[in-house]
Amino acid sequence: APPKAIPKTIENQRVYDETTVDPNDEEVAFDEATDEFAPYFNRQTVPKILITTSDRPRGRTVRFCEQLSTVIPNSHVYYRRGLALKRIIPQCIARDFTDLIVINEDRKIPNGLVLSHLPDGPTAHFRMSSVRLRKEIKRKGKEPTEHVPEVILNNFTTRLGHSIGRMFASLFPHDPQFIGRQVATFHNQRDYVFFRFHRYIFKSEKKVGIQELGPRFTLKLRSLQKGTFDSKFGEYEWIHKRREMDTSRRKFHL
Amino acid sequence: NKNYEKALEEIDENLIYWPRFIRHKCKQRFTKITQYLIRIRKLTLKRQRKLVPLRRKIERREKRREEKALIAAQLDNAIEKELLERLKQDTYGDIYNFPIHAFDKALQQQDAESESESDAEKEEEDEEDADNREFVEADDSDLSDFEDMDKLETSSEEEQEEEAEAEKKASRSKSKGKTPLKGPARRKRPYIEIEYEEETEPSTKTKAG
Repeated sequence: APPKAIPKTIENQRVYDETTVDPNDEEVAFDEATDEFAPYFNRQTVPKILITTSDRPRGRTVRFCEQLSTVIPNSHVYYRRGLALKRIIPQCIARDFTDLIVINEDRKIPNGLVLSHLPDGPTAHFRMSSVRLRKEIKRKGKEPTEHVPEVILNNFTTRLGHSIGRMFASLFPHDPQFIGRQVATFHNQRDYVFFRFHRYIFKSEKKVGIQELGPRFTLKLRSLQKGTFDSKFGEYEWIHKRREMDTSRRKFHL
Repeated sequence: NKNYEKALEEIDENLIYWPRFIRHKCKQRFTKITQYLIRIRKLTLKRQRKLVPLRRKIERREKRREEKALIAAQLDNAIEKELLERLKQDTYGDIYNFPIHAFDKALQQQDAESESESDAEKEEEDEEDADNREFVEADDSDLSDFEDMDKLETSSEEEQEEEAEAEKKASRSKSKGKTPLKGPARRKRPYIEIEYEEETEPSTKTKAG
């Protein structure tokens, strides 16, 4: 009998991206040591995050912001009534915030996320879809506690994926409190980043149980800018160009 | 004419022999145009909202791809794998202690000869398990069946089976809030009970006989 064939999945057939990061790559390691996240990874700065929305947030967005602020430690939600982002940014830098999250909403549901690292760091613009609030998730767990969660970043292989992964990692403080047993997961799969927040329990040496608490959402990267948020004059490091990049079903960028 | 009032007068002068109604309507039109020009100039100074149209086909495509990616991702498995990896690589330090080797040995050695050794090992297991249980009790998580586990921890003979039962019971209670592992865990429990009863039955029979 012929041997069993390995089924072809999209992950198997993925077009090889030349920017995949090799763990032993020196250039990448050097880049990471000297880019904007270096002070975070050297534990010099503690992340402090500002979450805000676009004008006039509606109910779901407000609740989502609150839940997000409980998930991410050391974060504050501020509403803005018509304040220009360009003017908010210097104020944030003055008040020592390290990251800014803007949730854009459309027809009463959040659908966009702008994440920018503040002291002149890169800005990433995502499209957010499939947002589930905490009460919509089928589980019976309690709310997330104040402990610092762990972070899992899965499947960020290319250079671009690597930098985005570091951006996510820089949102959370570096020392997770294992007593809390909470973990925040950013899983990248075919250019979609899924965010989940779980509480885990080790039942035995080889078995772990997870219980989902906290909101969940999926992000798709639209653009990455070098400096802080600037729609007209910013230097774009990567934009998702629909005509060019969506042609092949097996080519992914993150 | 640049000046609003002078422009109105000019309209009147130029249209001098036209009926009064038409002159009035002209002036109204002029007023409307100047006002909206003023408004445009004011608005362009503030920041404007750029409307980006959603494209239905692309939106549908992306939604479908996202669903497929979610299925392919198998997030729960991936997270569990990652957590176990971290446990193996000792990132958690000494918080979790699981009696691996000792427990396996004790399960295999059910002879009367190695009873002394297994007693010693069981004592170690007791301590480690007690640590484990104490630690887990310290977290105010949803596990409330640990009092039962303490009661079970009395006899010394069938401790292994009791521990296995207790673990299975604990795993069953832990799986309250979690969807997977409910079915098999529940099914395992009555299975073990049946085993226990079968074992005791022949002994009672032999005693009666």
